[in-house]
Amino acid sequence: MSQGNMNLTLKVWRQKNSKTNGQLVTYQLKDISPDMSFLEMFDVLNEQLIVKGEEPVAFDHDCREGICGMCSMFINGRPHGPKSKVTTCQLHMRSFKDGDTIVVEPWRAAAFPVIKDLTVDRSAFDRIIAKGGYISVNTGNAQDANNLPIPKPDADAAFSAAACIGCGACVATCKNSSAMLFVSAKISQLALLPQGQVERTTRAKSMVAQMDEEGFGNCSNTGACEVECPKGISLENIARMNREFFAANIKE
Amino acid sequence: MSKLDSKIPEGSIDQKWSKYKSSVALVNPANKRSIEIIVVGSGLAGSSAAASLAEMGYKVKVFCFQDSPRRAHSIAAQGGINAAKNYQNDGDSTYRLFYDTIKGGDYRAREGNVHRLAEVSANIIDQCVAQGVPLAREYGGMLSNRSFGGTQVQRTFYAAGQTGQQLLLGAYSALERQVGMGTVEMCSRHEMLEVVTIDGVARGIIARDLITGKLERHFGHAVLLCTGGYGNVFYLSTNAMGSNVTAAWKAHKKGAFFGNPCYTQIHPTCIPVSGDHQSKLTLMSESLRNDGRIWVPKKQNDTRKANEIPEEERDYYLERRYPAFGNLVPRDVASRAAKERCDAGYGVGASKMAVYLDYKAAIDRYGHTQAIKNGVHNPTAEQLRTFGKEVVEEKYGNLFEMYEQITGENPYEVPMRIYPAVHYTMGGLWVDYNLMTTVPGMYALGEANFSDHGANRLGASALMQGLADGYFVIPYTIGSYLANEIRTKAIPTDHEAFVEAEKAVQAQIDQFFAIKGTKSVDHFHKALGKIMWEKCGMARNEKGLKEAIEEIKILRSEFWKDVRVTGTADEFNPELEKAGRVADFLELGELMCIDALNRNESCGGHFREEYQTEDGEAKRDDENYKYVAAWENKGNNTYELHKEELNFEVIKIAARSYK
Ligand SMILES: Cc1cc2nc3c(=O)[nH]c(=O)nc-3n(C[C@H](O)[C@H](O)[C@H](O)COP(=O)(O)OP(=O)(O)OC[C@H]3O[C@@H](n4cnc5c(N)ncnc54)[C@H](O)[C@@H]3O)c2cc1C
Ligand code: SF4
Ligand code: FES
Repeated sequence: MSQGNMNLTLKVWRQKNSKTNGQLVTYQLKDISPDMSFLEMFDVLNEQLIVKGEEPVAFDHDCREGICGMCSMFINGRPHGPKSKVTTCQLHMRSFKDGDTIVVEPWRAAAFPVIKDLTVDRSAFDRIIAKGGYISVNTGNAQDANNLPIPKPDADAAFSAAACIGCGACVATCKNSSAMLFVSAKISQLALLPQGQVERTTRAKSMVAQMDEEGFGNCSNTGACEVECPKGISLENIARMNREFFAANIKE
Repeated sequence: MSKLDSKIPEGSIDQKWSKYKSSVALVNPANKRSIEIIVVGSGLAGSSAAASLAEMGYKVKVFCFQDSPRRAHSIAAQGGINAAKNYQNDGDSTYRLFYDTIKGGDYRAREGNVHRLAEVSANIIDQCVAQGVPLAREYGGMLSNRSFGGTQVQRTFYAAGQTGQQLLLGAYSALERQVGMGTVEMCSRHEMLEVVTIDGVARGIIARDLITGKLERHFGHAVLLCTGGYGNVFYLSTNAMGSNVTAAWKAHKKGAFFGNPCYTQIHPTCIPVSGDHQSKLTLMSESLRNDGRIWVPKKQNDTRKANEIPEEERDYYLERRYPAFGNLVPRDVASRAAKERCDAGYGVGASKMAVYLDYKAAIDRYGHTQAIKNGVHNPTAEQLRTFGKEVVEEKYGNLFEMYEQITGENPYEVPMRIYPAVHYTMGGLWVDYNLMTTVPGMYALGEANFSDHGANRLGASALMQGLADGYFVIPYTIGSYLANEIRTKAIPTDHEAFVEAEKAVQAQIDQFFAIKGTKSVDHFHKALGKIMWEKCGMARNEKGLKEAIEEIKILRSEFWKDVRVTGTADEFNPELEKAGRVADFLELGELMCIDALNRNESCGGHFREEYQTEDGEAKRDDENYKYVAAWENKGNNTYELHKEELNFEVIKIAARSYK
């Protein structure tokens, strides 16, 4: 089956923990198959390191099918690597050539401190959602779902915004480490739906306040986030969020 | 005599749950505030339970091993969630969902539980829509449905191919709302490694902070395990890399019986293995069987490309064998049929271990309807394809993209190659009607319990069950236990039981580092997976199972002599996490084989080659095996079987036929 034939040079960020400094370390890999995923290539590297008695590279991953948002490698200067609209776990080695040198670093942002090697702490995202990324409805007293017809275009637009996987690539690629794309996707999803109207103004304000508190930077409309987002979350969401935020402040 | 009491309420099937609800003991609001509940797991079951219980006023602590509760494996569910809404007016009802689920489970599930599941199914959809979950809609603004395997109605709600993601994000937002309000304490990147029991009652857990490596003690008046399934015992499965049995297994070793461990579901439509480097398998949602047609060449070892094989030389074997359900037969039936064709030499692709899932007919069909809708009367072939592709893309676009990413082939142009893979585990911790395990105060919800799916789960019903358990069942049933706990003060965690439990965890960690062996954890995991897949997988027989039990014993002792765990205990150390999980899989695997060997019949996902009809269908033995096998751990990898007899009072038990 997949007899691998690619030889690669990897430069991987190694950092013991959040308190120490890190550095790029070079590894040579042989016989990599183009059918491998990028993370399977790391499995091969780690297996070699373990057999040699060295410490394997720590990296985040779980579903390995592009939906949990856990994987997070900054590959050759781009979050999730060279292909657009894929996560690191979905990137396959057929996107690289024999002899390539690949530099792999963690997400870099003040709000995402490194835990170890390529693993970072993204809990700031959860704290932002806890400030308003929901509709306040308790379990057990919802009306029949079809009593609330929602125009298909609205439902579809809300779904597109809700497709965000919370990976943080948008932050990692932004020169200001802004979390606007992530936050705006959630605010948009709820603003587009009738269920989201009641808390519309408070939501935008408190989520944005938490975003600032976590140390994410400002948005300067460079648009790199949209380009790098594996789920195609659109910049329109940021425009919508700005309108929401503006309206919320006027109402005050 | 069996020790098992399922606690199914008296009364007629459609009255049981409503009567139960109106008579179950309640805990008053003031008392709720001093009652602490530990929820391990933040998937659909855990998040929905934690949010609901916190809304009711309990103090809740939630644990998950991922960096955020939103990443629990439920996020990956693709196809949909069932509910008996009858929005399509196609004759659906609570009874029909109940019936389909019992039949789909090959008459190995409890009627009382399944009926309750069907009853609350409709509330789930209402709840999720109220939360802002963007389920798919029709142009009139109403919710849309699709059909799924094992049913003849359209009752599956969905959000493109990302239903689990959207439902989980709904439950996660409800959970985060409670976190924001201070009623839930969220402990991400924490792994539960032991249950603490005092006088046989669950009182808390030991968890490891995965970043610092520190062991922590947490008290709870009740402990809810919502820790998902154990499909990764096979190494290769559609589960996430971290999915594991550890929490359930530790509970099992502390007295919780394990129900039907051998019932595993092999999903028929997954992307085939491409090489030894393979780390996981990717599911292609069952919803694809709605529109896709499955076939192999009629000729053995046919080397032509799919598109070169003319229509009359294709064998649409599911349509041929099961004309009533066709491509929509239940998963176990579809998987075995694919294996049968491949074993007989009709498989396709480089490995010959694959069958085709073809969308050409669907693209044509949708092309015609779209053309009419768009007022194009004499569409060209090109126009038809474009129209048809648009519809398919809207319905299944993300799945097609995923397929192309992984295989490098464009499924709009060439048929997909698929093969069955391990996907779900119907077995799990034995629970009664209250979802309580055999350890008082310890509950199991979602895929972690054995409850509602019998020997085979129908598609789109795991999401339903996880959310039913969390939103609508546990908030009531936990009251019957906690009402008697209001006088129990929080037990300080310097209690001897906590000290002992932590010591046991520490001892195991120390042992891992002391071995200093030569082989990686993955090495052992892969070896175990191979044994399980070959001998306790899609087809099982006595000889193979006996061999497997011996092989697992040997592998387990090698593991404990020769595994190499790098790094240290007091740091972020994924190798250490994996070692603990594989150690538990090495015990569970043996129990699965023991259970499979005990069950001398074929039912649902459990196919014993010795027990089949002449045309290769599963042959049940209701006389001797109409029971839940609940295994008690007797220490040192020995087990005692307890039987819970299943009574079918409403549904007439019959041979399952999809022909
Ligand atoms: C690819 C795929 C597609 C699927 N598609 C569908 C579908 O379309 N429809 C359907 O109905 N079903 C589907 N299923 C099945 C369904 O997704 C699962 O059965 C269901 O989501 C399980 O939910 P859960 O809440 O029980 O567990 P999970 O979502 O697996 O959550 C487990 C939780 O437990 C935590 N955990 C586990 N062990 C520990 C520990 N020791 N310490 C701390 N935390 C721990 C994890 O961190 C996680 O939060 C699919 C499954 C797969 C694999
Ligand atoms: S907006 Fe895109 S890049 Fe940012 S977190 Fe969401 S999915 Fe990731
Ligand atoms: S590992 Fe889940 S998105 Fe990559």
